[in-house]
Amino acid sequence: MSEINVTQAGAASADPSSRFYVHEHHPENGTLLGFWIYLMSDCLIFACLFATYAVLGRNYAGGPSGAEIFELGTVALNTAFLLFSSITYGFAMLAAQKKNVKATLVWLAITGVLGACFLYLELDEFTHLIHEGFGPWRSGFLTAFFALVGTHGLHVTFGIVWLITLMFQVGKHGINGANYRRLACLSMFWHFLDVVWIGVFTYVYLMGVLP
Amino acid sequence: MSNVHHAHGHHVDHDDHMEAHGSFKDYTIGFILSVILTAIPFWLVMTHQLAPGTTKFVILGFAAVQVVVHMVYFLHMNSKSEGGWNMMAMILTVILLVIVLSGSIWVMYHMNANMMPHMSNDGASTHGMHDMQ
Repeated sequence: MSEINVTQAGAASADPSSRFYVHEHHPENGTLLGFWIYLMSDCLIFACLFATYAVLGRNYAGGPSGAEIFELGTVALNTAFLLFSSITYGFAMLAAQKKNVKATLVWLAITGVLGACFLYLELDEFTHLIHEGFGPWRSGFLTAFFALVGTHGLHVTFGIVWLITLMFQVGKHGINGANYRRLACLSMFWHFLDVVWIGVFTYVYLMGVLP
Repeated sequence: MSNVHHAHGHHVDHDDHMEAHGSFKDYTIGFILSVILTAIPFWLVMTHQLAPGTTKFVILGFAAVQVVVHMVYFLHMNSKSEGGWNMMAMILTVILLVIVLSGSIWVMYHMNANMMPHMSNDGASTHGMHDMQ
C-alpha cells in the first residue's frame, strides 16, 4: 500500500521517478547483499568440510590413497567444464543487461549443459569408486572426500535446477527488474561454486596425489 | 499495484545494475587468467616438475591467486559494492575461515603427534586388546 502512496504522491509532484528510485533502491540492494551473506555462510560450511578433510585426508585405514583413486585427467576436464560455465554465465549476464532475451537463454542453456557435464563426470567417479568398494564407509579419507566433493556437487545440482527455473521465467516474462535480480543472484551463486572448486581441485585432488 | 511498480521500477534499477556487473573485457581477462592459473598447477603435478613439498606450496599459492581473480573479475568484488558491506561480510568470513581451518589443523596435528607413540605401538596395543578379551 505504501508503494502506491509514494508513487501517487510522486506523480503529483515535479519529479516522480526520483521519488520512486529512493523507494526501490533499498530492497534491490538488500536482496543482493542478503544473498551475499548467505554465500558467506555457505562458505563457512565448506570451510568446515575442508577442515575435516585436512584432518582426515590421510587416514586411509588400509584403504586406497588419493594417488591410487584420483584420475587427474578427469579432474582437469571437470575443472574446464566449470570454468567455461563461469564465463558463459558471464555472457548470459551481459546479454541480460542488453535485454536480449534470446541470447540470455542461449548462454544460460550452454551454462546448464556444462554444469550437467560436470555433474555427470562427478557422479561417474562416485559410482565407480563405490563399485570398487571405496565408498564413504571405507576410510576417514573417503568419508571426508565424499562429504566435501558431494556437498559441492549437491550445490551444482541445485544451481542447475535454479538455472532451468530462471530460463522458464525469462522465457515467459522477459528480462524485467525481478528476473534480472534473480539472474544476478544465481550469477553470484554459480561463480561462488567455481571458487569453491578451486579449493577442491587444488587441495583434494592435486595435493591428494602428491606423496 | 504491481503495474505501477513495474512501469517505474524498470529502467531505473536496470541502469543501476549496469554498473554493478562486469564488462565483456572483465570476463575475458578473468577467464584467461583463470585458465593460466589452473593449467600451471595441473602441469606441475602431472609432470612432476618440482619436489612434492615445494609443489604443495606453489599450487596453494596459485589457488589463492585464482580465488582473488574470480572474486574481482567474476564476482565483481570491490570495496564500494553494496556500500562496502559486501567487503565487510567477506572479511569477517575470511577471518572465521582462517580460524576454523588453521585451528582444526593445528589442534588435530598436535593431538596426532601426542597420540602417535601409543597408537603406533602395535605390539602393546594388540596385547592390550588380547588381555581385555
